[in-house]
Amino acid sequence: MLGRASGAVVRRLGRGGGTALPGLVAATIAPRLMERLASTPGHGVATVTGTNGKTTTTHLLAAIVRAAGIEPLTNPSGSNLERGVIAAYTEQVDAMGRLPDAASQVGLFEVDEAVLPWLFPRLRPRVAVFLNLFRDQLDRYGEVDSVADGWGAMLRRAAHAHTLVLNADDPAIALLAESAHGPVVTFGVDDDAVALTHADHASDARFCVCGARFVYDAIYMGHVGRWRCTFCGRARVAPTVSARHVELRTDGATIEMTIAGAPVTVVSPLAGLYSVYNVLAAAAAAHALGIDASTIASALAAAGPAFGRQERFTIGERSARLLLAKNPAGLNEVIRALTAGDAPLMVLAMLNDGVQDGQDVSWIYDADVEALAGRGVTLVCSGDRADDLALRCALAGVVPVSVIDDTERALDAALARTPSGARLDIIATYTAMIDVRAALARRAGVGAYWEARA
Amino acid sequence: MNSDPRNPSTPALPHEGGGGRSIRVVSLYDDVMNVYADRGNLIALRARAAEYGIEVEVTSVSVGDPLPAEADLVLIGGGQDREQRRIAQELAGRGPVLRAWAEDDVAMLAICGGFQLFGRFYRDSSGEELPGAGVFDVTTVAPGPGWPRCIGDVLAASLVPGAGELVGFENHAGRTYLGAGAQPFAIVEHGFGNNGEDGTEGARYREAIGTYLHGSLLPKNPALLDHLIGAALRHREGDDSAPLVPLPAVFAERAHAAAVQVARRRSRRVQAAPGSAYATP
Repeated sequence: MLGRASGAVVRRLGRGGGTALPGLVAATIAPRLMERLASTPGHGVATVTGTNGKTTTTHLLAAIVRAAGIEPLTNPSGSNLERGVIAAYTEQVDAMGRLPDAASQVGLFEVDEAVLPWLFPRLRPRVAVFLNLFRDQLDRYGEVDSVADGWGAMLRRAAHAHTLVLNADDPAIALLAESAHGPVVTFGVDDDAVALTHADHASDARFCVCGARFVYDAIYMGHVGRWRCTFCGRARVAPTVSARHVELRTDGATIEMTIAGAPVTVVSPLAGLYSVYNVLAAAAAAHALGIDASTIASALAAAGPAFGRQERFTIGERSARLLLAKNPAGLNEVIRALTAGDAPLMVLAMLNDGVQDGQDVSWIYDADVEALAGRGVTLVCSGDRADDLALRCALAGVVPVSVIDDTERALDAALARTPSGARLDIIATYTAMIDVRAALARRAGVGAYWEARA
Repeated sequence: MNSDPRNPSTPALPHEGGGGRSIRVVSLYDDVMNVYADRGNLIALRARAAEYGIEVEVTSVSVGDPLPAEADLVLIGGGQDREQRRIAQELAGRGPVLRAWAEDDVAMLAICGGFQLFGRFYRDSSGEELPGAGVFDVTTVAPGPGWPRCIGDVLAASLVPGAGELVGFENHAGRTYLGAGAQPFAIVEHGFGNNGEDGTEGARYREAIGTYLHGSLLPKNPALLDHLIGAALRHREGDDSAPLVPLPAVFAERAHAAAVQVARRRSRRVQAAPGSAYATP
């Protein structure tokens, strides 16, 4: 209760959503709270981790379980450290510290990839989803290899029964199956029409654990694709949940998939192949929770975007779409989604360097910004590091028309350059997304973020 | 980079005549040692050379590839421990050629893990010793677990004439120590530099530079970029090489200034950087 009260107080003070502070207070007062609360939801707990797509996958999974008559208990708004997870509970407990509807609930938690080894034995999830592993915030997480090693050790130590849900196409994830104790459900893409013709620069797991270099029969993004090792024979397995045919549009995707052999088609409002992977991951996790294919498909088609992830806003005669991009792989996929069509693009790009964004902005050089060159892009750069971003874009041959640090002024300038009836695409790092979303919401009359639950 | 979006009245800059000048660049292991955006150095080099009208011929040399017969500029970036182990033996085998090139005033830029492997050896946290190419008289030791990585913004005064104040971002476990035959590349104002103890950053031998600075380094340190292009041209053209007449670098100068401000602000917030104990030559 004290934890919950602190959330209300922070919100009243106007300092952001206060989505993690209640958890911090509760964790300090009752350090064993996590273990106690983890065992209360009647349908158990599922965790979602990986570099990119945690929030969207958790959001989509919540929509599916709701359609199946189960109430999801989630950590809101990408607050995915221990405190955020505890906050999800403290928001709902009654005065006796109990969850009133525990029997009909499932805990769905996105968990930061570095925090998972600590939380996994405490939350004891019955389903653990692993999305992908890309280089991200090297100043915070250290090197990519150490994250994967930590997950493998965690799974080998695991003492509770669980199902792993693994991305078959990301070798760093798929090879976690070698550390599994129980069932493994996999997801992946089987449509060469959406493969890249050349490898992205930002590819990471290019070497097998045996030391040899992977061979790819198709690359879908970064190091994600149909991989095999010609030296030791490790190879991608046919996924349980497979996208057989994918049609990508700038405003969404049509996915013909099979879920354990059952064919379903999902028309998703989420653009980009990276969103297709989130849809597949949510479907695979729901399958692992025992939900049937038709319920999964209808819920996925009806689900809108998660907070700040391809959310759309209508501002007068114009629309705006907010695209989070916080690492090279994410930015590459956002750029790929934007350039799926031929129409000229109006883009506001925002780079911040807060702790949650990564204090080092080197990563923008690992992204293939060059893919925007020659695509009729009108670009405004903004954020704490607007000048770094402007330089990166200019070097890529996309010279910004305007560089404005201040969010409000940059947004107004970008909207003013957007033709009536057209769409402004806003690409932003995490804290820049929070800032510009508030500015967008004021112009469009939408609620603040702590009101938007998964 | 030919207009200033904060000041739209700035006219586009004409391309200076390069007179058919060209430089030959060797990019070493850029598919393996690529963990930290050091490709930005090559991106900036190509763009800047194009402004000067200089043709850049790039040869990527990876595991098993032969070195070309000649080069004017050699680039190598940083990698994870596993990646460094993959290339160390082969790179050390290329040591005699690389050292001969360095003696011949070929320009070089070796960053982070590449810098470590351009030294005499790199001893990782498990005690395993990787041999180096020996271009720089430096040795690197990664202390065991429990020692913090050196992570953060770096401001350093370059000892390369004209390269001025350098700004970048470092992230390394290894501590590098200069031998008697090595000069530092820069003196640290803020940040750890080579080892967090002696105030030195990187190493320099003739026209070869080793450094821990990512960022990427060359995009937002345009004076250093111009220095390297000039050195590569001198190697290509010999003594009668005409010096570069520096062009403005509007976006780069702004990004440099912004990054310097950020580094100063953050260095005041965290603990003071280690003081410089190295006598500037």
